[in-house]
Amino acid sequence: MTDQAYNFAYLDEQTKRMIRRAILKGLAIPGYQVPFASREMPMPYGWGTGGVQVSAAILTPEDTFKVIDQGADDTTNAVSIRTFFERTAGVETTTTTADASVIQTRHRIPEDPLSAGQILVYQVPIPEPLRFLEPRESETRKMHSLEEYGLMHVKLYEDISRHGHIATAYAYPVKVEGRYVMDPSPIPKFDNPKLDGMEAIQLFGAGREQRIYALPPYTHVVSLDFEDHPFEASKADHPCGMCGAEDSYLDEVIMDDAGGRMFVCSDTDYCEARQAAGHRGKDAA
Amino acid sequence: MQAETLCGGFADPAIQSAHAFRSVMEAMARPGTIHDISGAEPPAPLSKAAGAVLLTLCDSETPIYLAGEADCDAVRAWLAFHTGAPLTGPSHCMFALGRWEALMPLHAYPIGTPDYPDRSATLVVDGAGLVASGTTLTGPGIKDTASLSLPDVGALQANTALFPLGLDFIFTSGSQLAALPRTIEVC
Repeated sequence: MTDQAYNFAYLDEQTKRMIRRAILKGLAIPGYQVPFASREMPMPYGWGTGGVQVSAAILTPEDTFKVIDQGADDTTNAVSIRTFFERTAGVETTTTTADASVIQTRHRIPEDPLSAGQILVYQVPIPEPLRFLEPRESETRKMHSLEEYGLMHVKLYEDISRHGHIATAYAYPVKVEGRYVMDPSPIPKFDNPKLDGMEAIQLFGAGREQRIYALPPYTHVVSLDFEDHPFEASKADHPCGMCGAEDSYLDEVIMDDAGGRMFVCSDTDYCEARQAAGHRGKDAA
Repeated sequence: MQAETLCGGFADPAIQSAHAFRSVMEAMARPGTIHDISGAEPPAPLSKAAGAVLLTLCDSETPIYLAGEADCDAVRAWLAFHTGAPLTGPSHCMFALGRWEALMPLHAYPIGTPDYPDRSATLVVDGAGLVASGTTLTGPGIKDTASLSLPDVGALQANTALFPLGLDFIFTSGSQLAALPRTIEVC
């Protein structure tokens, strides 16, 4: 009964208008972080409050909503956010990537390519790609306005000089339409190529840091690299233990205290669909 | 006149503004595409689409500039009742509304600052019919090229050259809208 005491999709209309204006400016300036007045949500910062506010501002009652957390539909964060919008917005929910019109994600892009009718909403912890290099907001803002991204290349170069290769494995910085350097949220760099030219609209919400940014469809997104150290989308060099997929991003699961381990798709929907189609990996029961 | 002022808003604001916003967002994300938008019955000379855009995006935090014949008592009263948005001149507005000729010149509007390029005006250009032909568009949101009937290519090219600063446009006509963000090359 208490569910009806909330406005549609929880947020009040004035808050939604403010978020909607930020989304439109974000789409008009791809990769630029638009400040917005992030609200307290009924979950702690760091649990996806930015993504939840963006989802609340774009959902319509006819949408079908999917939430993934590191690729999985069945973790606490994914289940609770899915239930939150079932209760406050009355939307249908699904775990099937192709059936969803809005997908909120924490730190993964689904393996199945997204289509033009879909919207991907990212939960972002630290939206500023330069933040760990320059802690002052006033300075990073100036660096973005002057297109001064030398520091980021120095950071990648130091990776190479220390490790022999670019050791950044997630939240790998990208350049959008040749202008803004953007943090793609902590997705594995394996997912970076999917950002480029995606048919779906991509929206990024950082609740604690109060920033929204966006990529329109077919936006040109390039992962930063060097000519002699080109970007490489890496993954664990194994097939999935459950479905045998060779092309999906894998989680490593410790099986016992004797060094036993298995690799399994992080995208649970992709893995289950493959298993249902008869594919079997070496660890499948 | 009073009845006209009080009527014509969203009957079910949360749901209708959600649908209207999705149309605006799809239009802004895919420049050149034409979308239906409904729910508002604003007084003349506003189109239904322009009325729905304003109801969806404007409130007491968004100064609006009314240009030309849009700046009439009926529209002022309707906006005041339904959005509470303050009216202002072009140099301080977040949204501007009117026919293309009335909104000119474009240099009168805030284009944002290098630090905050989002602090720029959005122009709601009302009136001219929308056809998916004419000017060729390229840029983010467009796979190869798109076409849209646009009023003044020269002024829009000058706006694109300001990127990342610049104005964003929402074109409304009847119950349809299309959008042109500053990123789009027109020729």
